[in-house]
Amino acid sequence: MSMFNVMTIAGTALSAQSVRLNTTASNMANADSVVDSDGQPYRAKQVVFAATPVAGPGAQGVRVTEIVESAAPLRLAYDPANPAADDQGYVAMPNVDVVEEMVNMISASRSYQNNTEIMNTAKTLLQRTLAIGQQ
Amino acid sequence: MKALLDDSLKFYQTALNLQAQRQEMLASNIANADTPNYKARDIDFKGALQGVLGRTDPGSQRAPLALAQTARGHLGNPDVLPFAAHIGFRRELQSSVDGNTVNMDVERAAFAENSIHYEASVTFINGLLQGMQRAIAGQ
Repeated sequence: MSMFNVMTIAGTALSAQSVRLNTTASNMANADSVVDSDGQPYRAKQVVFAATPVAGPGAQGVRVTEIVESAAPLRLAYDPANPAADDQGYVAMPNVDVVEEMVNMISASRSYQNNTEIMNTAKTLLQRTLAIGQQ
Repeated sequence: MKALLDDSLKFYQTALNLQAQRQEMLASNIANADTPNYKARDIDFKGALQGVLGRTDPGSQRAPLALAQTARGHLGNPDVLPFAAHIGFRRELQSSVDGNTVNMDVERAAFAENSIHYEASVTFINGLLQGMQRAIAGQ
C-alpha cells in the first residue's frame, strides 16, 4: 500500500532531520568547550544524509550514514591566563561557526515541518480511502 | 451493467493506485531535499495511466507497458514498477553545489496537486457506488 509508504518515507526524514537538529544543538552547546572527552578541543559535527530505498523501487527514504567532524581549523583565542593556553598564550577553541549552525538549525526545522505536513496529508488521504462506499 | 461497473471501477482503481505511487515518489523527493546528489523524480501520469491500462498513448511511440501473460503461472516482477518507462528525472531549475535537484516549491505544489487528484478519484468512486445503490434501491 503506497500511501503507508509515504508515512514511512516521511518518518525516515523526520528521524534524519532530528539527528541533524541534535548535532546542531550539540555544536551550539559546545561552541566554547575547550576540552572534549578525549582531551582535545571540541570539533563541530555534521551529519551525512543518503537516500535509502524503503519499500519497492519507487520509495526512497533518507538516513544518516555517518556523523563527520568538521575539518575547519580550530579558532585560536588569546587568553594567557587560561590553563589550556600554549606557550604564546593562545587557546585552541572549537571550530564551531555559530552563524552556520543557526542556519543549519533553521533549515533542519523547516525540513522537519515539511515532512510532518506530508504525513498529515497522507493520513487524510488514507482516511478518505477507508471511507469509500460509506455514506 | 456488471461489466460497466467493473470497467469504471477498474479505471478509478488503477488511477488511484498510480496516484498513490506518485504521492510516494513526491514524498521521497521532499524527504531527500537535503540529501547530496539526490535527483528528484516524477511520473508522467498520463503516459503511465495509459500504459498500465494497456492502451497506447496516441502521442507517444511506446507500446502499452502491460506484459502479455500467456500462461497462468506468469507473474509480474515486483522489483520493476509497471510504469517504469514513464518515470523521469525532474529538470533542474536552480542548481545547487551538492548536486541535489529537489526544488521544494515545485515538489510541494506537485504533492498538493496530486493529493487533490487522489481525493477526486475517491469522490468519483463514491459517486459511482452511490449511483449504483440508488439504482438498486429504485429511488
